Amino acid sequence: MLVEAGHFALALALGLSLIQFLVPLWGARANDPVLMAVAPTSALAVFACIAFSFLALTFAYLNSDFSVLNVVQNSHSAKPLIYKISGVWGNHEGSMLLWVLILALFGAVVAVSRNSIPMRLQANTLGVQAAVTIAFLLFILTTSNPFTRVVPAALEGQDLNPLLQDPGLAIHPPLLYIGYVGFSISFAFACAALIDGRIDAVWARIVRPWTLGAWAFLTLGIAMGSYWAYYELGWGGWWFWDPVENASLMPWLAGTALVHSTVVMEKRDALKVWTILLAILTFSLSLLGTFLVRSGVLTSVHSFAVDPERGTFILGILILFVGGSLALFAWRAPMLKQGGLFAPVSREGALVVNNLFLATACATVFIGTLYPLALEVLTAEKISVGAPFFNFTFLPLIVPLLLLLPLGQTLAWKRGNFLGTAQRLYAVFGISLLATVVMFAFTYGGPVLAPLGIGLGLYLVLGSLNEIVTRAWSKGTPLAAAWRKARGLPRSAWGTAIAHAGVGLTVIGIAATAWGIEAIGSLKVGERLKGGDYEVRLERVIPRVEANYREEAAVLTVFGSGRELGTIETMKRLYVTRGMPTTEAGILTIGLGQVYASIGDAQPDGSIGVRLYHKPLVLLIWIGSLVMAIGGGISLTDRRLRIGAPVPAKAIPPHAVPAE
Amino acid sequence: MRFVLAIVAALLFSASAFAVQPGEVLKDPGLEKRAREISAGLRCLVCQNQSIDDSDAQLAKDLRLLVRERLVAGDTNDQVENFLVQRYGEFVLLKPTFGMHTLLLWLTPALVMVLGGVGAYAAMRTRPQPKAATLDDEERKALENLLKRDQSA
Repeated sequence: MLVEAGHFALALALGLSLIQFLVPLWGARANDPVLMAVAPTSALAVFACIAFSFLALTFAYLNSDFSVLNVVQNSHSAKPLIYKISGVWGNHEGSMLLWVLILALFGAVVAVSRNSIPMRLQANTLGVQAAVTIAFLLFILTTSNPFTRVVPAALEGQDLNPLLQDPGLAIHPPLLYIGYVGFSISFAFACAALIDGRIDAVWARIVRPWTLGAWAFLTLGIAMGSYWAYYELGWGGWWFWDPVENASLMPWLAGTALVHSTVVMEKRDALKVWTILLAILTFSLSLLGTFLVRSGVLTSVHSFAVDPERGTFILGILILFVGGSLALFAWRAPMLKQGGLFAPVSREGALVVNNLFLATACATVFIGTLYPLALEVLTAEKISVGAPFFNFTFLPLIVPLLLLLPLGQTLAWKRGNFLGTAQRLYAVFGISLLATVVMFAFTYGGPVLAPLGIGLGLYLVLGSLNEIVTRAWSKGTPLAAAWRKARGLPRSAWGTAIAHAGVGLTVIGIAATAWGIEAIGSLKVGERLKGGDYEVRLERVIPRVEANYREEAAVLTVFGSGRELGTIETMKRLYVTRGMPTTEAGILTIGLGQVYASIGDAQPDGSIGVRLYHKPLVLLIWIGSLVMAIGGGISLTDRRLRIGAPVPAKAIPPHAVPAE
Repeated sequence: MRFVLAIVAALLFSASAFAVQPGEVLKDPGLEKRAREISAGLRCLVCQNQSIDDSDAQLAKDLRLLVRERLVAGDTNDQVENFLVQRYGEFVLLKPTFGMHTLLLWLTPALVMVLGGVGAYAAMRTRPQPKAATLDDEERKALENLLKRDQSA
């Protein structure tokens, strides 16, 4: 019964979204405040319906209601509670429901922040957002209904894909979706501005927190997915340039550019048209990512043709929104007024360069991901585009960008002085260069690029913090006073510095992977395997039987320079219901580095294959991403983002109304 | 979002093990290093976007052994790659060759960079330069008066 109610609520949400789409847009056009006021009310109602629907599905999972097809296919009564919950979005139908839930949630938040957003803008924005909601609700209801019943009900479920039975994966999709869908708000605001034909710094100030929040969540989501791949897939890589990863990297790159261009728009009223276009492109790339992942087109062009219904539907949505918004852009953008002049050497100029590099990097990932598909469709020729291509093309784009980053961050607005700026960074250049040389001397004969990468990372960290230091402290200032001044700096300045320092930390972590050591061997119990400064001894192999899987666990003792450092356990699991094997890496964290081991098949002579890595500083890759997201969060708490727009007329005392 | 890949990967690996097996490693560390470098650039044909160095599939294992066989026989890295391309087509290379069919792929980064740069430059140049605010006669007179008053005071 509850299941049917959930299904019905979804249909009701569709009807309400239609109202949320049509009435406010009409109201904004006719300048009718009553019609425009429908926007927030209907947005809240849509959210309530979708939330109810989502809870109904969650309830079916919690109760292992095996009369629901979706639950049968993705759950099992013996599954731990957390995976019963995460199983709701660990499948196609449920993940799409989560997608619209987050979409509606964002709409609801826009609806309740009615005091800080001008009414027309809010009405137009929620109207555009409702259009996206309608498309995805239609998609779910017609092709991916999670509430389909099976008669007769099954006795037991088929279990959730074992690779997804992991705490990391339980929160990875929601983080990623908040990022993806968050950009829908920037998109809706951009379309609203185009519809209204008006755009100014107030618009930028309203949109910025949404973009920044979405960006921070997307950063976390990608980092989370990367760490999961690192410890779960068992061969120690953390980024594979896989199309599914690229699908999330593209909106991230475009979103990063957007976060920076909105700053220019907000502070200097410039780059308006570009910012609008970027907002449209960022969400388009989010949609593209959803299409790539959900349509199965990536696995093979043919699997897309086998089950064309869903793929074609999302492709339709993609074409409708990308095409529609770009048409709107082409029609209305020339009417937007340009403003804000600046010299090429200025903070604005630097941010234009930042956008140029990020847009090119994004285009590179885009072409690399889609080119093989396009080529196969057009000429039936099959090529592969993988990691070597991306490393070859992407790195030359990112390194110059990173080199320019501290300079750009230090440049003055409007008209900067390049030499003067460079002078403020002398100490940073010096220390980083020195560190590179020292590192190079110490690791002489090792990989050449690693010390350079570490130097670059250090330069980014110091260069970012330098901004705070030079703004708060000058020669002769007592430290206490400098600290007070530093604390008084705007939160956005701190956020910028911290996020940029996070980039530096990630760069250091990536550079240090070049010093990683790998050893492969087959061990019998009691035998040792040496990899660099570390060594493991196979203690025992224990077979275990758990509720929904069997595993063989190898216990290894880790030694470093003769001392015992600890034990790690690495497993090979077999999930019984699906007959699917997985590996669980054993990881011992030492400082910021990790000793990482995974086991393979038993050899004929009774030994077991062991793969051992030492990965120095590897944790910095994800710590850096976390710091980036924290920087975004701190920037969000900036005072100026919390200031509301002028209070509506009713709050003004009657005598203040000018006579007409 | 990686989980879709993971699902596909997991379905393809009948027997899960891990990429390079202990038995495959060559005695000569120099040759082994070259073998690893070549492997990282070759696609496991039955997997989704994995190199044979990372893959657990049987085919990847066969290809790894083949690469090592050729290296031991004295082939250069290029010869090994050419041999595999002849057998399996260009699909086996993770970094496609530069040619007519991949022109757009290889040139896009440079193209976007150059066009974007030119576009940004042009947009900045054609922007109406701010006219230096000049005073008209009346204002100039007013200013002179003010200055005069200042001097006399």
